Amino acid sequence: MPIQILMPALSPTMSEGTLARWLKNEGDAVKSGDVLAEIETDKATMEFEAADDGVLGKILVAGGTAGVKVNQPIALLLAEGEDKSALAEAPPAAKPAAAAMPPPPAQPAAAPPPAAASSPEGRVFASPLARRLAAESGLALDRVAGSGPHGRIVKADVEAALKAGPQPATQPAARPAAVPALVPQAGPGPFEPAYVEIPNSSMRKIIARRLTEAKQTVPHFYLSIDCDVDALLAVRGDLNARSEVYKLSVNDFVVRAVALALKKVPAANAAWGEEAIRRYTDIDISVAVATPTGLITPIVHHADRKGLAEISNEMKALAAKAKDGKLMPEEYQGGGFTISNLGMYGIRDFAAIINPPQGCILAVGAGEQRPVVRNGALAVATVMTCTLSVDHRVVDGVVGADFLAAFKRLVEDPLAMLL
Amino acid sequence: MSFVEKNMPENSFDLVVVGGGPGGYVAAIRAAQLGMKAALVEREHLGGICLNWGCIPTKALLRSGDVLRSMKHAESYGLSAGQVGFDLSKIVARSRAVAGQLQAGVKHLLKKNKVTVFDGHGKLAGGGKVAVEGKGMLAAAHIILATGARARVLPGLEPDGKLVWTYKEALVPDSMPKRLLVIGSGAIGIEFASFFNALGSDVTVVEVMDRVLPVEDEEISALARKSFEKQGMKILTAATVKALKKSGDSVTATVEIGGKTQEIVADRVISAVGIVGNVENLGLEGTKVAVEKTHVVTDQWCRTGEAGVYAIGDLTGPPWLAHKASHEGVLCVEKIAGLKDVHPLDIRKIPGCTYCHPQVASVGLSEAKAKDKGHQVKVGRFPFVANGKAIAMGETEGLIKTVFDAKTGELLGAHMIGAEVTEMIQGYTVAKTLETTEAELMHTIFPHPTLSEMMHEAVLDAYGRAIHY
Repeated sequence: MPIQILMPALSPTMSEGTLARWLKNEGDAVKSGDVLAEIETDKATMEFEAADDGVLGKILVAGGTAGVKVNQPIALLLAEGEDKSALAEAPPAAKPAAAAMPPPPAQPAAAPPPAAASSPEGRVFASPLARRLAAESGLALDRVAGSGPHGRIVKADVEAALKAGPQPATQPAARPAAVPALVPQAGPGPFEPAYVEIPNSSMRKIIARRLTEAKQTVPHFYLSIDCDVDALLAVRGDLNARSEVYKLSVNDFVVRAVALALKKVPAANAAWGEEAIRRYTDIDISVAVATPTGLITPIVHHADRKGLAEISNEMKALAAKAKDGKLMPEEYQGGGFTISNLGMYGIRDFAAIINPPQGCILAVGAGEQRPVVRNGALAVATVMTCTLSVDHRVVDGVVGADFLAAFKRLVEDPLAMLL
Repeated sequence: MSFVEKNMPENSFDLVVVGGGPGGYVAAIRAAQLGMKAALVEREHLGGICLNWGCIPTKALLRSGDVLRSMKHAESYGLSAGQVGFDLSKIVARSRAVAGQLQAGVKHLLKKNKVTVFDGHGKLAGGGKVAVEGKGMLAAAHIILATGARARVLPGLEPDGKLVWTYKEALVPDSMPKRLLVIGSGAIGIEFASFFNALGSDVTVVEVMDRVLPVEDEEISALARKSFEKQGMKILTAATVKALKKSGDSVTATVEIGGKTQEIVADRVISAVGIVGNVENLGLEGTKVAVEKTHVVTDQWCRTGEAGVYAIGDLTGPPWLAHKASHEGVLCVEKIAGLKDVHPLDIRKIPGCTYCHPQVASVGLSEAKAKDKGHQVKVGRFPFVANGKAIAMGETEGLIKTVFDAKTGELLGAHMIGAEVTEMIQGYTVAKTLETTEAELMHTIFPHPTLSEMMHEAVLDAYGRAIHY
């Protein structure tokens, strides 16, 4: 029975949107994670991904249609083995809309229109005939080994793949409930140890693509600073003892300190653009959260205008939603600066990969007792090492150092954070 | 894999190729390019039949015929050519000079690539050895047999070199046969029929199948026959020559057609009834090299049953085409060298060309064969008479035909008859090799004004979209 593709809700307030254009045609093979269409809201244009493999059987709402209600069926997807006759069957099984690709961060009013956040995935080389045969039979070409010149997929490869039988089922995209199937491999290569294959979720693929792109194309440099957090810990203990309404973590202080430091050094709250550097006027801080399916960075918007308790409660809610896979796109897309904290795992220091297009990411280590020298004498202090990864195209060394100095002052003098 | 072992004895090679035709010499050069120490054994002439007694010298003769035909039609182009005539001995001399020039070229190429050439008959001598008559023994890690083929002889139709010719005598005629009988209407027979017809011979072609150029698409065969007959040839199909009776300077052929016999008197007969592989005296006895009918059996990498012994080209059976031999030579050597990107030859992607007038060229499946194989087909056609360049050239006879799989859009075959089609078929061959569908061919821009525009139109026509017809 064909799968109904429904109009996705791209924000909690979205009730309808414009189906800007289809990127797949009827009859095209679609695999989980492929971008099916572009959906426009009043805020942005977003790419809408397929959650399942199949063939786009029928487009129900044409590209360019405005006022499409959320959860209205917009297309029918033929599952493997189904042909067009299945489209006549009624009623098709409904499938919730899949997650959309992250759009670029929110733009200041004067900024140029956002560029598409995604780049096309690795090109599959296949002959036109092989492509057509695969599309007609709903075969995903990236699962076919090519035997043609330079490994190009040719007709014979598609025929062999079809003859070999159905492909292993794939996992729907980025759905936290999904437990990745472990596919035991019958025969590993001659020198390869035995393994199981864990199919990549759409989220995993996005993480892989974005981080690879970042590490390969962004000129990173790293600045580390040690912060004495004894005073911070004392203030935290004091504040936490006063109320049951909040329970502040060290990270909440870090978020607040970063927000205030960015306000002092706005040049560090910026992103690279080919024509212009975007200096964000909002202070939106992305905070990396580990989830069962991968890393996600929910955002504390306007963190500079929020108190510690508000930040703390918001972070808790965002982290819980992230772990349940219930974050709405606007809650994790955008942000101008990222914090990644592995302190709770005892990591002393580390260098994070920049989360493009942002210019900086702060890697926060564990607060631990270390010997320090004060006024020529050895003393014991609780020290937290923070490492700033910087896109040198956006932020120069002195700016990075200024930011870290401002951050350190705030962390070491937590009462200043309360101002 | 490292090939050139230092201190290899003088007569030891990585590869010895037996036969210096378009399969053998190309294989030897490719091997040398890949760093092998290669030798070539040739008993008669470098370049083989193709260069010396086939493809090339016939093209030279046919060119003379074409120029003569144009001169005869000079008036239609507004030209006056005066007295038009020819000197057969000069036509033949030119053809021989062309072959001679190319033979020298092959010799130079082999030398340039440091391929050692041994003149003499080569045969397998067991244990990775090739015996060269009068030259001694060569040791080789790999041996490629590329000894080609020769004219088939049917009982009762044995050529004598005087009245009954094979292609070889037909290439060097000392006089113009007034009446010529050609037995067989494959490429060889039809090319000679076309040449002698152009020069004024009374040509009769006898074909055992029910149509001329029997390997071509039926529609093309029919158009070719019509054109040949218009030029004055007599064509007898589904006809068999039962006997040849020689007398002095003529031959009387007994031809059976439709259950009746008739006699045809001719001054000369050309026997072009197919070719057979040169499998004899190759030292195959006692080896695991299998011979079926008259050709050596090979696998997709040109390997015979005997380890280290390979066979390519005409020796391995049809299609008997120089470019097939060359391609096999290259892929065989590359496989030996352990190259990764080597692909077996796909017979459906080998183009075939016949240089009669009008020319015929094709690649892939005919319409009938495509249907036999269960394809639902879409067929496109475009006639020369609707093409601007063809009209400007005064070459309005001909047709281009495409056969597509209706379901997948695969170009199954292309078939052409008319001026310059032998130069154009390569466009469709590239398309087939790249596995294009009708869509890419439709998106391709063809220059105007050219004959090749018809190739575009023939694709469009298969989908009901031809613009100019």
